[in-house]
This record gives sequence, C-alpha cells and structure tokens, in this order.
Amino acid sequence: MNDAARSTRPTEPYSGPSGRPARTAGASAAAPSTATTPAAAPPARRVLTQAAFEARTLLRNGEQLLVSLILPVLVLVGMATAPFLGIATGGASRIDFATPGVLALAVVSSAFTSQAIATAFDRRNGVLRMLATTPLGRSGLLAGKALAVLAVLAVQVAVLSAVAAGLGWTPEPAGLAPAGLALLLGTACFTALAMLLAGTVRAEGVLAVANLVWILLVVGGGLVVPPDRLGPLGPLAAVLPSGALGEAVRGALLDGALPGGPLLILAAWTAGAALAAARWFRWS
Amino acid sequence: MTVSPPAPGGPAAVEVRGLVKRYGGRPVVEHLDLTAHAGAVTAVLGPNGAGKTTTVECCEGLRTPDGGTVRVLGLDPAADAAALRPRVGVMLQDGGLPSGARAGEVLRHVAAMYARPRDVGELSERLGIGGFARTTVRRLSGGQRQRLALACALAGRGQVVFLDEPSAGMDPQSRRAVWDLIHELRTDGVAVVLTTHLMDEAADLADHVHIVDHGRVIAAGTVPELLAHDGPHGTTTAARVRIEARPGLDAAALAKALDEATGPAWHVSETEPGVYVADGPVDPAALAAVTAWLADAGTLARTITTGGRTLEDVFLDLTGRHLR
Repeated sequence: MNDAARSTRPTEPYSGPSGRPARTAGASAAAPSTATTPAAAPPARRVLTQAAFEARTLLRNGEQLLVSLILPVLVLVGMATAPFLGIATGGASRIDFATPGVLALAVVSSAFTSQAIATAFDRRNGVLRMLATTPLGRSGLLAGKALAVLAVLAVQVAVLSAVAAGLGWTPEPAGLAPAGLALLLGTACFTALAMLLAGTVRAEGVLAVANLVWILLVVGGGLVVPPDRLGPLGPLAAVLPSGALGEAVRGALLDGALPGGPLLILAAWTAGAALAAARWFRWS
Repeated sequence: MTVSPPAPGGPAAVEVRGLVKRYGGRPVVEHLDLTAHAGAVTAVLGPNGAGKTTTVECCEGLRTPDGGTVRVLGLDPAADAAALRPRVGVMLQDGGLPSGARAGEVLRHVAAMYARPRDVGELSERLGIGGFARTTVRRLSGGQRQRLALACALAGRGQVVFLDEPSAGMDPQSRRAVWDLIHELRTDGVAVVLTTHLMDEAADLADHVHIVDHGRVIAAGTVPELLAHDGPHGTTTAARVRIEARPGLDAAALAKALDEATGPAWHVSETEPGVYVADGPVDPAALAAVTAWLADAGTLARTITTGGRTLEDVFLDLTGRHLR
C-alpha cells in the first residue's frame, strides 16, 4: 500500500540547477530505490551482538566488576572463615549456609546495581536513543540487556561456586535446579527494578541510590542474613524481593526444596516492577 | 526574472507537512514544512532553540508529532519504524556513544546491526578513526566523537541520512573530510538532511537550505536564491561595502555621499559599534566616496571589504542580530 502510494510520486529526473554540474539523472534516481535497499541483520544476530557488547562492557568496567564479582567473593570468604562472625547457621556448615545468600547477593549486584547504573548513564548520554535508531530498536535493546545480565550471572555463579567448593561447599543436589529457577526469577525481578530506577531518575541519582540500596540490602535486606535473624527488621525484610530471593535460594540449596512463600513474593515484585518500568521508563 | 529552478535532486525522500510539536504546552515547532530529495543535501539552518533538532527527531521516529505529517521514504517514522530503521542513518546531536566502549568496537557493533554494512575499515580510514580505534569513547575529544558518531550513522548505507550538527567541534581538516564524505553520499543518491548553524557549511554543502526560526521555516531555497533574497530594506542588490573603523561615525553622511556618487540607492547602517555596512551598487566611485568620508572624519579604517551578501548576512537579516 505504501509502495503503491510511492510509485505515484513524480520521479522525473532533474538535470541540475544552473551553475551546478548536471548529474546523470538515471543514476541518482535509480541507485537508492531498487537493487540495494538496505536491510537489517537477522533479529537473533542483532540481539546477541548487543548482549555480547553489553556483557563485555560490564565485565571490563572496574567498578562494575568490583560490585558484581569481587565484593560477593569477599562476603563469601568472610562469612565462611572469619572467626568474629557469630551467625547461627541452624546446624549447617558455615560455607553451606553462606553460599546461597551470596549467590542471591550476586544477582542483586549485577541485575540491579550494575545494570541500573549502566542503563542510567546510557540514557543520559543518548546511547539508548542512538541504538533505537539502528535496526536493533528498543525491544532488541531490552532483549540484549536481559541476555547480557544472564551472561554475567553465569560468570558470577561459576566463580562463586568454584570459590565455595574450594571452601568445602556441598549443596543439596535436589536443590540445584530449584535454586537455578529462584536465581532466574530474582534476576528478572531486580532487572525490572533496575530499569524502573534507571528510566525515571537522573544518572547521578541512580549512581547514589543503586549503591546505597546494595549496601542496605546486604546488611538488612535478608540476602545473606536470613530475615528471621534480623530482629525487628525481619518481617519487613521477609517481604522485600531481597529477603524473598535469599530465602528461596537458601531453601533450595540447604533443604533441597523451593519454599512457596518467598517464590510468590518474588513473582509479585517482578510483575509489579515490570509493569511500573513499562509505564514510566523514559528513553531520554 | 522570478522563475526559480526546481528543487535539486531526485524524488522526495523526506516530506514534512505542517509539523507541530509542543513540550509541556510550549510550542517548539509550529506548522513546519520541509522536503528533502534523494541525491541532494538539505540543510536546516537556524539559531539555537529554533526547533531544528526537534524536527529532525520527529523524522527519525524519536519523537511523536503533535500535529502534521512526516513521511520518510513514503513511510511513517513512528508506525513503520522497523521498516525504516535499516534504511535511515542517524547522527544525534549528543552522539549517543557508549562511553565505556572502545571507538572501533562501537563502530563494528553498530555496523553488525545491518545485513550489508559499509566496510568498517574503509569508513574508519576515511574519517581518521583508526588512530583512536582502541581508545574508549570517554577519552575521545569532541571532534573525534563527532567523527565516530558520523561513521555510525553511515555504517548501514542508509538511503536517508540525518546529521544533527555533524561538524560541531571539529578541526578544519576533519571538517573537510566530513564535507567530502557528504558530497560523496549525495553523488551516490542518498538524501542527506543536516542541521547546522555554520553558514559556510550550509553554503558549501547544501543544494537546498531551510532557514528555521521559532519553529517555522522563514525562508527556503537554493543558496543562490537565498542570497538574492531581499535585504531588510528592500535592497535586492547583492553588493555591499563593509567598513571597520572607530565607532560613532556619521552613517547618514556616508549614505548621502554614496547617493551623490552613484545615484540614490544606498542604505548604510552601523550594525555593531565600529562596523558600517553599506548596501548599494558598489563601483569605484562608491569606494572613493567611502574613503573621502573616512578622510573627512579624520580616521583610518581597519578593514574595508567589498562583496555580495553572504548566507550569514541573509541569516542574520532574517533571524535578527540580538543574542537569545
């Protein structure tokens, strides 16, 4: 229909204004329209290219690497070995008790803090707008980001599991698949929260808030220290996405079963954050 | 002779009709019309805040118009975005380059979004990107970023290319390279739409210039057409004498002397302190009258230049000389 409308437009060759050399009209009229209409790369290649680009950029950035990998490893080693941390582990070894919470913490690091900061600065610098004008488009950009977060998560899980295994971690085998599911849901939830923050607040604000939230959640969010051991803060932490994620991964890896309550809480947060991000995210 | 030549270039690649765009109720673009043709360079020239970027962003699908129609290659940039993106190259004013990635990496990345991109090596060489390909974007100079953003806009061989102030912050060599590349796009049949406030850029590159102010096109035409445009006092002549001397000289006396020398056709004004512009039929007698006027005032001019109006004169006549 558009083609039909276009073909009725005048396409007479123009011989050039006086004083300017006349171009061969055939070349100028035919060149762009027929043989070589530019095309986009296939959708899967566009999204994978974007995911690889984002993951590379994240893993190369010093601060991002610190929050995504180095700090979680330090927390893991500290909780497993430091003599001054008196945490009641409910009968489990210290490393078995610490590892699930640190895996949950890694999700918050990469899916929330790191992604919120990266997206906020990309938004401020016009990167989101620029990429939206290429064949990648906005949906491809979001899909690429989601894949990049998963790729970084895979690196985090591999590194943290190796360190934990070196410290004597023996997870409940029946809980590995449920734990993976909980980590994936947690990633979806915190990525949506990251987009909500990055798409509504200016970049400097996001930088401050995303780092502050990370610290608050480590200390009192129920990630590495279970909500029921947080005293008066416990009931609040239990209904936060951080507490729900921590409890879900701990339940899976310590008991071999996925607890239903935390999973429901996490799912509700994911749906709410995704709807809010879709509603309020601003591209520029 | 009032017959103007037809618009240069091939069929219309961009057609904007009655475009309206408001930000929070404040109109930024008001009933703007613009046409750009394949195989031609169309410049949108205007002061800051005139609505140039907003207009271009409506064409790129980044903003939704509040009124009017926009067609790019016959398609609606909002509704047909997926079909248009591979065919349209965009260079944003702020570049939109990811600051943590290396320059060469960014260009390869954008090129990978297209099925048949331009050769990245060739494009890098043309724009001198090779020298900083391994530098991260945040460490690039303004001109280097501009060249990289331009390369990204051209990577997909778009049939329409929008360039928002392409040579801002560039050194003269880079600007030459960019201009050469734009000339080449035009020869290849690409419709190039560029915004600028560089008069020499518009004069050198553009087949068609739209002068925009307060969200409207206030003059449009080829550069020769615009230069023939009536001056502010109805002077259609393209000749002018410009004198730089001490401020406060008697401009009316000069006008009288010039009218006596060549006939009553002159308009003289002190456009800024110490700069006198005399529009009229410049000939040797007129110049003798100028020097006699200076001698009477007992002052020596720093410079006296003769010549036609420039695009800058037209622009300032139309948009005003005051700062905004």
